[in-house]
Amino acid sequence: MNQMHQLNRNGVVIDDTFAEAFGMRATAIIITAPTLKWARQAAITMTGYATSVIGCGCEAAIDRDLPASKTPDGRPGCRVMIFAMGTDELQKQLKNRLGQCVLTSPGSACFADLEGTAPLDLGNALRYFGDGWQISKKFGGKHYWRVPVMDGEFLCEATTGLTKLAVGGGNLLFLAADNAKAMRAAERAVAAIEKVPGAIMPFPGGVVRSGSKVGGKYKGMMASTNDAFAPTLRGVVNSALTPEVNAVLEIVIDGENNDAVAAAMRAGLKAVIELGPKRGAVRISAGNYGGKLGKFHYHLKDLLP
Amino acid sequence: MKALTFTLLAEPEERLDLSALTPAGLAGLADVQIEKLRVGTTRNPALVGDVFKVTGKDPQSIIFEGGSARFDKIGTGLSGGAIRVTGDVGLEAGRKMSGGALLIDGSAGDHAGSCMVDGRLEIKGNAGDYLGGPLAGEITGMEGGLLIVRGKAGNYAGERLRRGIIAIVKGCGDYAGYRMIAGSIVVAGRVGAMPGYLMKRGSLFLDRRPENLAPTFVDCGETDIAFSGVFDQFLIREKIMDKPLLGARPGKFGGDIAVSGKGEILFRRGR
Repeated sequence: MNQMHQLNRNGVVIDDTFAEAFGMRATAIIITAPTLKWARQAAITMTGYATSVIGCGCEAAIDRDLPASKTPDGRPGCRVMIFAMGTDELQKQLKNRLGQCVLTSPGSACFADLEGTAPLDLGNALRYFGDGWQISKKFGGKHYWRVPVMDGEFLCEATTGLTKLAVGGGNLLFLAADNAKAMRAAERAVAAIEKVPGAIMPFPGGVVRSGSKVGGKYKGMMASTNDAFAPTLRGVVNSALTPEVNAVLEIVIDGENNDAVAAAMRAGLKAVIELGPKRGAVRISAGNYGGKLGKFHYHLKDLLP
Repeated sequence: MKALTFTLLAEPEERLDLSALTPAGLAGLADVQIEKLRVGTTRNPALVGDVFKVTGKDPQSIIFEGGSARFDKIGTGLSGGAIRVTGDVGLEAGRKMSGGALLIDGSAGDHAGSCMVDGRLEIKGNAGDYLGGPLAGEITGMEGGLLIVRGKAGNYAGERLRRGIIAIVKGCGDYAGYRMIAGSIVVAGRVGAMPGYLMKRGSLFLDRRPENLAPTFVDCGETDIAFSGVFDQFLIREKIMDKPLLGARPGKFGGDIAVSGKGEILFRRGR
Protein backbone atom coordinates (compact mmCIF):
# COMPACT_ATOMS: atom_id res chain seq x y z
CA MET A 1 0.00 0.00 0.00
CA ASN A 2 1.17 3.53 -0.73
CA GLN A 3 2.25 5.25 2.44
CA MET A 4 0.46 8.49 3.15
CA HIS A 5 -0.26 10.56 6.19
CA GLN A 6 -3.66 9.75 7.61
CA LEU A 7 -6.15 11.65 9.72
CA ASN A 8 -8.83 10.21 11.93
CA ARG A 9 -12.34 11.47 12.59
CA ASN A 10 -14.81 9.54 14.75
CA GLY A 11 -12.72 6.40 14.22
CA VAL A 12 -12.78 6.75 10.43
CA VAL A 13 -9.38 7.04 8.80
CA ILE A 14 -9.10 9.89 6.30
CA ASP A 15 -6.35 9.61 3.73
CA ASP A 16 -4.25 12.72 3.22
CA THR A 17 -4.99 12.78 -0.45
CA PHE A 18 -7.15 14.68 -2.91
CA ALA A 19 -9.78 14.23 -5.56
CA GLU A 20 -8.65 15.45 -8.93
CA ALA A 21 -11.36 17.04 -11.08
CA PHE A 22 -11.67 18.66 -14.47
CA GLY A 23 -13.21 21.72 -16.02
CA MET A 24 -16.39 20.89 -17.95
CA ARG A 25 -19.23 22.56 -19.80
CA ALA A 26 -22.63 22.28 -18.19
CA THR A 27 -26.22 23.38 -18.38
CA ALA A 28 -29.37 23.03 -16.33
CA ILE A 29 -33.04 22.76 -17.15
CA ILE A 30 -36.29 22.39 -15.26
CA ILE A 31 -38.67 19.66 -16.35
CA THR A 32 -42.26 19.91 -15.16
CA ALA A 33 -45.30 17.69 -15.51
CA PRO A 34 -48.81 17.38 -14.05
CA THR A 35 -47.37 15.33 -11.19
CA LEU A 36 -43.92 14.94 -9.68
CA LYS A 37 -44.00 11.27 -10.67
CA TRP A 38 -44.15 12.17 -14.35
CA ALA A 39 -41.69 15.03 -14.07
CA ARG A 40 -39.21 12.64 -12.49
CA GLN A 41 -40.00 10.00 -15.09
CA ALA A 42 -39.02 12.39 -17.88
CA ALA A 43 -35.93 13.49 -15.99
CA ILE A 44 -34.83 9.96 -15.15
CA THR A 45 -35.30 8.89 -18.76
CA MET A 46 -33.37 11.90 -20.02
CA THR A 47 -30.48 11.28 -17.66
CA GLY A 48 -30.29 7.56 -18.29
CA TYR A 49 -27.09 6.23 -19.84
CA ALA A 50 -25.28 9.40 -18.77
CA THR A 51 -22.87 8.16 -16.14
CA SER A 52 -19.56 9.08 -17.73
CA VAL A 53 -18.36 11.12 -20.69
CA ILE A 54 -16.06 8.21 -21.48
CA GLY A 55 -18.84 6.16 -23.00
CA CYS A 56 -22.03 8.21 -22.79
CA GLY A 57 -21.06 11.55 -24.24
CA CYS A 58 -22.27 13.37 -21.18
CA GLU A 59 -22.89 13.05 -17.47
CA ALA A 60 -26.32 13.95 -16.19
CA ALA A 61 -28.64 13.54 -13.25
CA ILE A 62 -31.43 15.18 -11.31
CA ASP A 63 -30.07 18.00 -9.16
CA ARG A 64 -33.21 18.35 -7.06
CA ASP A 65 -36.98 18.11 -7.04
CA LEU A 66 -38.94 21.34 -7.16
CA PRO A 67 -42.36 22.03 -5.64
CA ALA A 68 -45.01 23.60 -7.84
CA SER A 69 -44.38 26.98 -6.24
CA LYS A 70 -40.79 27.00 -7.51
CA THR A 71 -41.37 26.19 -11.19
CA PRO A 72 -42.21 28.54 -14.08
CA ASP A 73 -45.56 26.92 -14.85
CA GLY A 74 -46.74 26.20 -11.32
CA ARG A 75 -46.51 22.44 -11.69
CA PRO A 76 -44.16 20.07 -9.85
CA GLY A 77 -40.83 19.47 -11.47
CA CYS A 78 -37.17 18.75 -11.12
CA ARG A 79 -33.91 20.42 -12.03
CA VAL A 80 -31.64 18.40 -14.27
CA MET A 81 -27.97 19.10 -14.91
CA ILE A 82 -25.96 17.88 -17.89
CA PHE A 83 -22.19 17.98 -18.21
CA ALA A 84 -19.90 17.38 -21.20
CA MET A 85 -16.33 18.05 -22.16
CA GLY A 86 -17.18 20.45 -25.00
CA THR A 87 -19.95 22.82 -26.03
CA ASP A 88 -20.79 20.98 -29.27
CA GLU A 89 -21.14 17.62 -27.54
CA LEU A 90 -23.22 19.18 -24.79
CA GLN A 91 -25.57 20.72 -27.35
CA LYS A 92 -25.86 17.42 -29.20
CA GLN A 93 -26.62 15.45 -26.06
CA LEU A 94 -29.09 18.06 -24.84
CA LYS A 95 -30.98 18.12 -28.11
CA ASN A 96 -31.15 14.35 -28.48
CA ARG A 97 -32.13 13.64 -24.90
CA LEU A 98 -34.69 16.43 -24.84
CA GLY A 99 -36.22 15.26 -28.08
CA GLN A 100 -36.32 11.58 -27.29
CA CYS A 101 -36.99 11.61 -23.56
CA VAL A 102 -38.74 14.84 -22.52
CA LEU A 103 -40.77 15.80 -25.58
CA THR A 104 -42.10 12.25 -25.56
CA SER A 105 -43.01 12.14 -21.87
CA PRO A 106 -46.70 12.79 -21.07
CA GLY A 107 -47.56 16.27 -19.89
CA SER A 108 -43.97 17.48 -19.84
CA ALA A 109 -42.68 21.02 -20.24
CA CYS A 110 -39.11 22.24 -20.20
CA PHE A 111 -37.54 25.49 -19.01
CA ALA A 112 -34.06 26.99 -18.82
CA ASP A 113 -32.47 27.12 -15.40
CA LEU A 114 -28.98 28.44 -15.86
CA GLU A 115 -27.79 31.96 -16.59
CA GLY A 116 -24.76 31.22 -18.71
CA THR A 117 -22.21 32.77 -20.96
CA ALA A 118 -23.81 31.46 -24.12
CA PRO A 119 -27.17 29.98 -25.13
CA LEU A 120 -27.80 26.32 -25.86
CA ASP A 121 -30.80 25.41 -27.97
CA LEU A 122 -33.76 23.75 -26.29
CA GLY A 123 -37.04 24.48 -28.04
CA ASN A 124 -35.15 26.11 -30.88
CA ALA A 125 -33.85 22.66 -31.74
CA LEU A 126 -37.17 20.83 -31.35
CA ARG A 127 -39.71 23.27 -32.74
CA TYR A 128 -39.71 21.71 -36.19
CA PHE A 129 -41.46 18.70 -34.73
CA GLY A 130 -44.50 20.97 -34.82
CA ASP A 131 -44.48 20.74 -38.60
CA GLY A 132 -45.50 24.36 -39.04
CA TRP A 133 -48.04 24.38 -36.20
CA GLN A 134 -45.49 25.36 -33.55
CA ILE A 135 -46.09 28.72 -31.90
CA SER A 136 -43.38 31.12 -30.77
CA LYS A 137 -44.09 33.32 -27.76
CA LYS A 138 -41.82 35.95 -26.25
CA PHE A 139 -42.70 37.64 -22.99
CA GLY A 140 -41.06 38.59 -19.73
CA GLY A 141 -37.61 38.38 -21.30
CA LYS A 142 -38.15 34.73 -22.22
CA HIS A 143 -38.77 32.96 -25.50
CA TYR A 144 -40.96 29.87 -25.58
CA TRP A 145 -41.98 27.35 -28.20
CA ARG A 146 -45.35 25.65 -28.05
CA VAL A 147 -45.35 22.43 -30.03
CA PRO A 148 -48.67 20.64 -30.50
CA VAL A 149 -48.58 16.98 -29.42
CA MET A 150 -51.16 14.29 -28.81
CA ASP A 151 -51.91 15.22 -25.18
CA GLY A 152 -51.93 18.96 -25.78
CA GLU A 153 -48.75 20.95 -26.14
CA PHE A 154 -45.09 20.57 -25.38
CA LEU A 155 -44.03 23.90 -23.91
CA CYS A 156 -40.30 24.46 -24.13
CA GLU A 157 -38.13 27.49 -23.57
CA ALA A 158 -36.11 28.34 -26.69
CA THR A 159 -32.67 28.23 -25.09
CA THR A 160 -30.92 27.62 -21.82
CA GLY A 161 -27.56 28.83 -20.58
CA LEU A 162 -24.13 27.28 -20.81
CA THR A 163 -21.53 27.56 -18.08
CA LYS A 164 -17.82 27.02 -18.62
CA LEU A 165 -17.18 27.10 -14.87
CA ALA A 166 -18.49 23.60 -14.26
CA VAL A 167 -16.32 20.96 -12.61
CA GLY A 168 -16.55 17.21 -13.14
CA GLY A 169 -14.87 14.39 -11.29
CA GLY A 170 -15.03 15.29 -7.63
CA ASN A 171 -15.04 11.98 -5.80
CA LEU A 172 -14.95 10.10 -2.54
CA LEU A 173 -13.91 6.47 -1.97
CA PHE A 174 -15.49 4.62 0.93
CA LEU A 175 -13.43 1.66 2.12
CA ALA A 176 -15.33 -0.77 4.34
CA ALA A 177 -15.13 -4.19 5.90
CA ASP A 178 -17.81 -5.63 3.65
CA ASN A 179 -20.18 -4.72 0.85
CA ALA A 180 -23.12 -3.95 3.14
CA LYS A 181 -21.11 -1.43 5.14
CA ALA A 182 -19.65 0.16 2.03
CA MET A 183 -23.16 0.48 0.62
CA ARG A 184 -24.49 1.96 3.85
CA ALA A 185 -21.75 4.57 3.81
CA ALA A 186 -22.31 5.37 0.16
CA GLU A 187 -26.06 5.73 0.61
CA ARG A 188 -25.53 8.08 3.57
CA ALA A 189 -23.21 10.18 1.45
CA VAL A 190 -25.61 10.23 -1.49
CA ALA A 191 -28.47 11.35 0.74
CA ALA A 192 -26.34 14.18 2.12
CA ILE A 193 -25.00 15.30 -1.25
CA GLU A 194 -28.47 15.30 -2.80
CA LYS A 195 -29.27 18.25 -0.55
CA VAL A 196 -26.42 20.32 -2.00
CA PRO A 197 -27.70 22.54 -4.83
CA GLY A 198 -25.79 22.57 -8.09
CA ALA A 199 -24.13 19.18 -7.66
CA ILE A 200 -25.07 15.84 -9.18
CA MET A 201 -23.88 12.25 -8.87
CA PRO A 202 -24.29 10.73 -12.34
CA PHE A 203 -23.66 7.05 -11.57
CA PRO A 204 -26.42 4.55 -10.71
CA GLY A 205 -28.06 5.75 -7.52
CA GLY A 206 -25.11 8.10 -7.21
CA VAL A 207 -22.70 5.23 -6.57
CA VAL A 208 -20.01 3.60 -8.73
CA ARG A 209 -18.35 0.28 -7.95
CA SER A 210 -16.10 0.14 -10.99
CA GLY A 211 -13.68 2.93 -10.23
CA SER A 212 -11.11 3.25 -12.98
CA LYS A 213 -7.58 4.26 -13.72
CA VAL A 214 -6.49 5.96 -16.93
CA GLY A 215 -5.70 3.59 -19.82
CA GLY A 216 -5.09 -0.16 -19.60
CA LYS A 217 -3.01 -2.97 -21.02
CA TYR A 218 -5.29 -3.36 -24.04
CA LYS A 219 -5.00 -1.02 -27.00
CA GLY A 220 -7.74 1.58 -27.19
CA MET A 221 -8.88 1.31 -23.61
CA MET A 222 -9.37 4.83 -22.23
CA ALA A 223 -9.93 3.47 -18.73
CA SER A 224 -9.63 0.18 -16.94
CA THR A 225 -10.28 -1.22 -13.48
CA ASN A 226 -8.74 0.56 -10.54
CA ASP A 227 -6.78 -2.51 -9.46
CA ALA A 228 -5.22 -0.74 -6.49
CA PHE A 229 -8.70 -0.54 -4.91
CA ALA A 230 -9.99 -3.97 -6.02
CA PRO A 231 -9.98 -6.19 -2.91
CA THR A 232 -9.73 -9.43 -4.86
CA LEU A 233 -6.40 -8.27 -6.27
CA ARG A 234 -4.92 -7.38 -2.90
CA GLY A 235 -1.51 -9.00 -2.74
CA VAL A 236 -1.07 -9.51 -6.45
CA VAL A 237 -0.97 -5.79 -7.40
CA ASN A 238 0.35 -2.69 -5.67
CA SER A 239 -2.82 -2.47 -3.61
CA ALA A 240 -4.07 0.55 -1.71
CA LEU A 241 -6.12 -1.66 0.58
CA THR A 242 -5.31 -2.83 4.07
CA PRO A 243 -6.39 -6.31 5.22
CA GLU A 244 -9.59 -5.15 6.97
CA VAL A 245 -10.97 -3.60 3.76
CA ASN A 246 -13.06 -5.93 1.61
CA ALA A 247 -15.25 -3.55 -0.38
CA VAL A 248 -14.85 -0.09 -1.87
CA LEU A 249 -17.54 2.14 -3.36
CA GLU A 250 -17.05 5.50 -4.97
CA ILE A 251 -19.18 8.58 -5.39
CA VAL A 252 -18.42 10.84 -8.33
CA ILE A 253 -19.61 14.44 -8.18
CA ASP A 254 -20.12 17.00 -10.94
CA GLY A 255 -20.85 20.55 -9.91
CA GLU A 256 -22.04 23.79 -11.42
CA ASN A 257 -18.81 25.32 -10.14
CA ASN A 258 -15.86 24.69 -7.86
CA ASP A 259 -17.80 25.65 -4.74
CA ALA A 260 -20.63 23.21 -5.46
CA VAL A 261 -18.23 20.27 -5.76
CA ALA A 262 -16.42 21.25 -2.57
CA ALA A 263 -19.72 21.62 -0.72
CA ALA A 264 -20.91 18.24 -1.96
CA MET A 265 -17.70 16.48 -0.93
CA ARG A 266 -17.85 18.18 2.44
CA ALA A 267 -21.41 16.97 2.95
CA GLY A 268 -20.52 13.42 1.91
CA LEU A 269 -17.51 13.29 4.19
CA LYS A 270 -19.48 14.57 7.15
CA ALA A 271 -22.27 12.03 6.67
CA VAL A 272 -19.92 9.04 6.47
CA ILE A 273 -17.76 10.19 9.35
CA GLU A 274 -20.86 10.54 11.51
CA LEU A 275 -21.92 7.02 10.53
CA GLY A 276 -18.66 5.69 11.98
CA PRO A 277 -16.46 2.70 11.11
CA LYS A 278 -18.56 -0.01 12.74
CA ARG A 279 -21.60 0.63 10.57
CA GLY A 280 -19.96 2.19 7.54
CA ALA A 281 -16.52 2.97 6.13
CA VAL A 282 -13.34 2.39 8.07
CA ARG A 283 -11.45 4.64 5.74
CA ILE A 284 -12.19 7.41 3.25
CA SER A 285 -9.96 8.18 0.31
CA ALA A 286 -10.21 9.95 -3.04
CA GLY A 287 -9.08 9.30 -6.58
CA ASN A 288 -6.55 11.31 -8.50
CA TYR A 289 -4.04 11.02 -11.32
CA GLY A 290 -1.11 12.52 -9.52
CA GLY A 291 -2.45 16.01 -9.95
CA LYS A 292 -1.26 16.42 -13.51
CA LEU A 293 -4.49 16.03 -15.47
CA GLY A 294 -7.16 18.01 -13.67
CA LYS A 295 -6.80 21.57 -12.46
CA PHE A 296 -9.21 21.17 -9.54
CA HIS A 297 -7.80 19.43 -6.47
CA TYR A 298 -10.04 18.77 -3.48
CA HIS A 299 -7.91 17.80 -0.50
CA LEU A 300 -9.90 15.74 1.98
CA LYS A 301 -8.18 17.33 4.98
CA ASP A 302 -9.54 20.72 3.88
CA LEU A 303 -13.10 19.44 3.69
CA LEU A 304 -13.36 17.67 7.02
CA PRO A 305 -16.10 18.66 9.45
CA MET B 1 -31.28 65.70 -11.22
CA LYS B 2 -34.92 66.74 -11.29
CA ALA B 3 -37.12 65.47 -14.10
CA LEU B 4 -37.55 67.78 -17.06
CA THR B 5 -41.12 68.94 -16.55
CA PHE B 6 -43.52 70.57 -19.01
CA THR B 7 -46.38 72.13 -17.10
CA LEU B 8 -49.39 72.92 -19.29
CA LEU B 9 -50.26 76.63 -19.02
CA ALA B 10 -53.72 76.39 -20.66
CA GLU B 11 -55.68 74.14 -22.97
CA PRO B 12 -53.85 74.45 -26.30
CA GLU B 13 -55.68 76.28 -29.07
CA GLU B 14 -54.37 73.97 -31.77
CA ARG B 15 -53.30 70.34 -32.07
CA LEU B 16 -49.75 69.88 -30.89
CA ASP B 17 -47.09 67.67 -32.39
CA LEU B 18 -44.97 66.70 -29.37
CA SER B 19 -42.78 64.18 -31.18
CA ALA B 20 -39.67 66.32 -30.60
CA LEU B 21 -40.02 66.22 -26.81
CA THR B 22 -38.29 62.92 -26.13
CA PRO B 23 -35.16 62.19 -24.08
CA ALA B 24 -33.10 61.76 -27.25
CA GLY B 25 -34.58 64.85 -28.90
CA LEU B 26 -33.96 67.09 -25.90
CA ALA B 27 -30.53 65.81 -24.87
CA GLY B 28 -28.03 68.64 -24.72
CA LEU B 29 -30.57 71.42 -25.29
CA ALA B 30 -30.69 74.42 -22.96
CA ASP B 31 -34.01 75.62 -21.51
CA VAL B 32 -34.08 78.53 -23.94
CA GLN B 33 -33.62 76.22 -26.91
CA ILE B 34 -36.33 73.88 -25.64
CA GLU B 35 -38.78 76.73 -25.19
CA LYS B 36 -38.27 77.75 -28.81
CA LEU B 37 -39.07 74.34 -30.26
CA ARG B 38 -42.11 74.35 -32.48
CA VAL B 39 -44.96 72.15 -31.33
CA GLY B 40 -47.99 73.79 -32.96
CA THR B 41 -49.40 72.51 -36.22
CA THR B 42 -51.11 75.60 -37.66
CA ARG B 43 -49.71 78.28 -39.96
CA ASN B 44 -48.61 80.25 -36.92
CA PRO B 45 -47.47 77.38 -34.76
CA ALA B 46 -47.10 77.56 -31.02
CA LEU B 47 -43.70 77.10 -29.44
CA VAL B 48 -42.98 75.03 -26.35
CA GLY B 49 -42.71 78.19 -24.27
CA ASP B 50 -46.17 79.32 -25.41
CA VAL B 51 -47.82 76.17 -24.14
CA PHE B 52 -45.69 74.91 -21.26
CA LYS B 53 -43.72 76.16 -18.35
CA VAL B 54 -40.42 74.26 -18.51
CA THR B 55 -38.63 73.26 -15.30
CA GLY B 56 -36.13 70.58 -14.31
CA LYS B 57 -33.01 69.40 -16.06
CA ASP B 58 -33.02 65.63 -16.61
CA PRO B 59 -34.15 64.84 -20.16
CA GLN B 60 -34.02 61.09 -19.43
CA SER B 61 -37.06 61.59 -17.22
CA ILE B 62 -39.72 63.80 -18.76
CA ILE B 63 -43.01 64.72 -17.13
CA PHE B 64 -45.96 66.48 -18.73
CA GLU B 65 -47.98 68.07 -15.96
CA GLY B 66 -51.47 68.19 -17.35
CA GLY B 67 -52.71 66.66 -20.54
CA SER B 68 -54.98 67.27 -23.47
CA ALA B 69 -56.62 65.33 -26.26
CA ARG B 70 -54.65 67.72 -28.49
CA PHE B 71 -51.30 66.28 -27.35
CA ASP B 72 -50.47 64.31 -30.50
CA LYS B 73 -47.46 62.10 -31.21
CA ILE B 74 -46.16 62.19 -27.67
CA GLY B 75 -43.23 59.81 -27.17
CA THR B 76 -42.86 59.19 -30.90
CA GLY B 77 -39.72 57.14 -31.52
CA LEU B 78 -38.93 56.95 -27.81
CA SER B 79 -35.80 54.85 -27.55
CA GLY B 80 -34.87 55.15 -23.90
CA GLY B 81 -35.64 56.99 -20.70
CA ALA B 82 -39.12 57.67 -19.43
CA ILE B 83 -42.01 59.99 -20.24
CA ARG B 84 -45.03 60.45 -18.01
CA VAL B 85 -48.16 62.40 -18.82
CA THR B 86 -50.47 63.22 -15.94
CA GLY B 87 -53.51 63.68 -18.18
CA ASP B 88 -54.95 62.68 -21.55
CA VAL B 89 -53.09 62.56 -24.85
CA GLY B 90 -54.17 62.71 -28.47
CA LEU B 91 -53.25 60.71 -31.54
CA GLU B 92 -50.33 58.33 -32.10
CA ALA B 93 -48.89 58.29 -28.58
CA GLY B 94 -45.76 56.19 -28.44
CA ARG B 95 -45.74 55.57 -32.17
CA LYS B 96 -42.63 53.70 -33.29
CA MET B 97 -41.24 53.49 -29.76
CA SER B 98 -38.14 51.34 -29.65
CA GLY B 99 -37.39 51.42 -25.94
CA GLY B 100 -37.97 53.21 -22.67
CA ALA B 101 -41.26 53.71 -20.93
CA LEU B 102 -44.23 55.94 -21.70
CA LEU B 103 -46.86 56.24 -18.99
CA ILE B 104 -50.09 58.05 -19.65
CA ASP B 105 -52.23 58.65 -16.59
CA GLY B 106 -55.27 59.58 -18.66
CA SER B 107 -56.69 58.31 -21.94
CA ALA B 108 -55.13 58.17 -25.39
CA GLY B 109 -56.55 58.80 -28.85
CA ASP B 110 -56.34 56.64 -31.96
CA HIS B 111 -53.23 54.79 -33.04
CA ALA B 112 -51.57 54.72 -29.61
CA GLY B 113 -48.47 52.54 -29.79
CA SER B 114 -48.71 52.46 -33.56
CA CYS B 115 -45.90 50.35 -34.98
CA MET B 116 -43.98 50.34 -31.71
CA VAL B 117 -40.99 48.03 -31.77
CA ASP B 118 -39.96 47.76 -28.14
CA GLY B 119 -40.37 49.42 -24.77
CA ARG B 120 -43.36 49.75 -22.50
CA LEU B 121 -46.40 51.94 -23.13
CA GLU B 122 -49.01 52.05 -20.40
CA ILE B 123 -52.28 53.92 -20.66
CA LYS B 124 -54.19 54.12 -17.40
CA GLY B 125 -57.38 55.33 -19.02
CA ASN B 126 -58.96 54.29 -22.32
CA ALA B 127 -57.41 54.04 -25.77
CA GLY B 128 -58.94 54.94 -29.11
CA ASP B 129 -59.17 52.88 -32.27
CA TYR B 130 -56.29 51.13 -34.03
CA LEU B 131 -54.30 50.48 -30.85
CA GLY B 132 -50.77 49.52 -31.99
CA GLY B 133 -51.97 49.51 -35.58
CA PRO B 134 -50.36 50.84 -38.74
CA LEU B 135 -51.13 54.12 -40.41
CA ALA B 136 -52.61 54.05 -43.90
CA GLY B 137 -50.16 52.53 -46.34
CA GLU B 138 -48.07 50.74 -43.73
CA ILE B 139 -47.77 46.97 -44.00
CA THR B 140 -47.41 45.96 -40.37
CA GLY B 141 -48.55 47.28 -37.02
CA MET B 142 -46.81 46.86 -33.69
CA GLU B 143 -43.62 44.80 -33.93
CA GLY B 144 -42.61 44.40 -30.30
CA GLY B 145 -42.79 45.71 -26.77
CA LEU B 146 -45.52 45.77 -24.18
CA LEU B 147 -48.61 47.94 -24.54
CA ILE B 148 -51.00 48.04 -21.61
CA VAL B 149 -54.40 49.74 -21.54
CA ARG B 150 -55.94 49.76 -18.07
CA GLY B 151 -59.29 50.92 -19.43
CA LYS B 152 -61.08 50.10 -22.67
CA ALA B 153 -59.74 50.14 -26.20
CA GLY B 154 -61.64 51.05 -29.34
CA ASN B 155 -62.07 49.12 -32.57
CA TYR B 156 -59.30 47.39 -34.48
CA ALA B 157 -57.00 46.98 -31.46
CA GLY B 158 -53.83 45.20 -32.54
CA GLU B 159 -54.47 45.53 -36.26
CA ARG B 160 -51.62 43.90 -38.21
CA LEU B 161 -49.82 43.08 -34.97
CA ARG B 162 -46.62 41.25 -35.74
CA ARG B 163 -44.80 40.87 -32.40
CA GLY B 164 -45.14 41.96 -28.80
CA ILE B 165 -48.01 42.00 -26.36
CA ILE B 166 -51.05 44.25 -26.16
CA ALA B 167 -53.01 43.92 -22.92
CA ILE B 168 -56.41 45.58 -22.50
CA VAL B 169 -57.92 45.29 -19.06
CA LYS B 170 -61.53 46.48 -19.47
CA GLY B 171 -62.62 45.23 -22.85
CA CYS B 172 -62.37 46.45 -26.41
CA GLY B 173 -64.39 47.21 -29.48
CA ASP B 174 -64.89 45.29 -32.69
CA TYR B 175 -62.27 43.59 -34.84
CA ALA B 176 -59.59 43.13 -32.15
CA GLY B 177 -56.57 41.52 -33.77
CA TYR B 178 -57.80 42.37 -37.25
CA ARG B 179 -55.45 40.87 -39.86
CA MET B 180 -52.83 40.19 -37.19
CA ILE B 181 -49.67 38.45 -38.33
CA ALA B 182 -48.37 37.17 -34.98
CA GLY B 183 -47.90 38.37 -31.40
CA SER B 184 -50.34 38.36 -28.50
CA ILE B 185 -53.40 40.35 -27.54
CA VAL B 186 -54.81 40.01 -24.04
CA VAL B 187 -58.32 41.24 -23.34
CA ALA B 188 -60.09 41.07 -20.03
CA GLY B 189 -63.68 42.24 -20.24
CA ARG B 190 -66.11 42.28 -23.10
CA VAL B 191 -64.72 41.85 -26.61
CA GLY B 192 -66.64 43.29 -29.54
CA ALA B 193 -67.57 41.56 -32.76
CA MET B 194 -65.25 39.58 -35.00
CA PRO B 195 -62.13 39.25 -32.83
CA GLY B 196 -59.20 37.87 -34.81
CA TYR B 197 -60.89 38.50 -38.14
CA LEU B 198 -58.45 37.47 -40.89
CA MET B 199 -55.63 36.76 -38.43
CA LYS B 200 -52.86 34.63 -39.94
CA ARG B 201 -51.04 33.60 -36.77
CA GLY B 202 -50.73 34.91 -33.26
CA SER B 203 -52.90 34.66 -30.18
CA LEU B 204 -55.84 36.38 -28.60
CA PHE B 205 -56.12 35.61 -24.91
CA LEU B 206 -59.54 36.36 -23.46
CA ASP B 207 -61.04 36.04 -20.01
CA ARG B 208 -64.35 34.80 -21.45
CA ARG B 209 -65.74 32.93 -24.40
CA PRO B 210 -65.91 35.30 -27.39
CA GLU B 211 -69.25 36.14 -28.98
CA ASN B 212 -69.77 37.12 -32.60
CA LEU B 213 -66.84 35.21 -34.00
CA ALA B 214 -66.34 35.02 -37.74
CA PRO B 215 -67.66 31.72 -39.15
CA THR B 216 -64.12 30.96 -40.27
CA PHE B 217 -63.05 30.18 -36.69
CA VAL B 218 -63.35 26.57 -35.59
CA ASP B 219 -63.88 25.26 -32.09
CA CYS B 220 -60.81 23.25 -31.03
CA GLY B 221 -62.34 22.35 -27.67
CA GLU B 222 -60.74 22.38 -24.27
CA THR B 223 -56.94 22.44 -24.03
CA ASP B 224 -54.80 21.08 -21.23
CA ILE B 225 -51.58 23.03 -21.71
CA ALA B 226 -48.79 24.24 -19.45
CA PHE B 227 -48.57 27.49 -21.39
CA SER B 228 -51.66 29.01 -19.80
CA GLY B 229 -50.09 28.73 -16.35
CA VAL B 230 -46.85 30.34 -17.48
CA PHE B 231 -48.65 33.17 -19.23
CA ASP B 232 -51.03 33.77 -16.34
CA GLN B 233 -48.05 34.04 -14.01
CA PHE B 234 -46.44 36.56 -16.34
CA LEU B 235 -49.56 38.73 -16.39
CA ILE B 236 -49.77 38.72 -12.61
CA ARG B 237 -46.05 39.34 -12.19
CA GLU B 238 -46.25 42.36 -14.52
CA LYS B 239 -49.27 43.58 -12.54
CA ILE B 240 -51.37 43.53 -15.69
CA MET B 241 -53.86 41.16 -14.06
CA ASP B 242 -54.45 40.45 -10.40
CA LYS B 243 -55.79 36.94 -10.99
CA PRO B 244 -55.28 34.27 -13.68
CA LEU B 245 -56.73 35.29 -17.03
CA LEU B 246 -56.94 31.92 -18.76
CA GLY B 247 -56.89 29.49 -15.85
CA ALA B 248 -56.30 25.79 -16.30
CA ARG B 249 -57.66 24.16 -19.43
CA PRO B 250 -58.68 27.17 -21.49
CA GLY B 251 -60.93 26.76 -24.49
CA LYS B 252 -59.56 27.34 -27.96
CA PHE B 253 -60.79 28.52 -31.32
CA GLY B 254 -58.47 28.10 -34.29
CA GLY B 255 -58.48 30.45 -37.23
CA ASP B 256 -58.92 32.46 -39.20
CA ILE B 257 -59.13 29.65 -41.76
CA ALA B 258 -60.14 32.23 -44.35
CA VAL B 259 -56.39 32.91 -44.38
CA SER B 260 -53.73 30.54 -42.99
CA GLY B 261 -55.70 29.38 -39.95
CA LYS B 262 -52.69 29.19 -37.69
CA GLY B 263 -53.93 31.77 -35.22
CA GLU B 264 -55.70 30.99 -31.97
CA ILE B 265 -58.17 32.45 -29.54
CA LEU B 266 -57.61 31.01 -26.08
CA PHE B 267 -60.26 31.86 -23.55
CA ARG B 268 -61.16 31.12 -19.97
CA ARG B 269 -63.95 28.56 -19.90
CA GLY B 270 -67.07 28.94 -17.81
CA ARG B 271 -67.62 32.65 -18.45
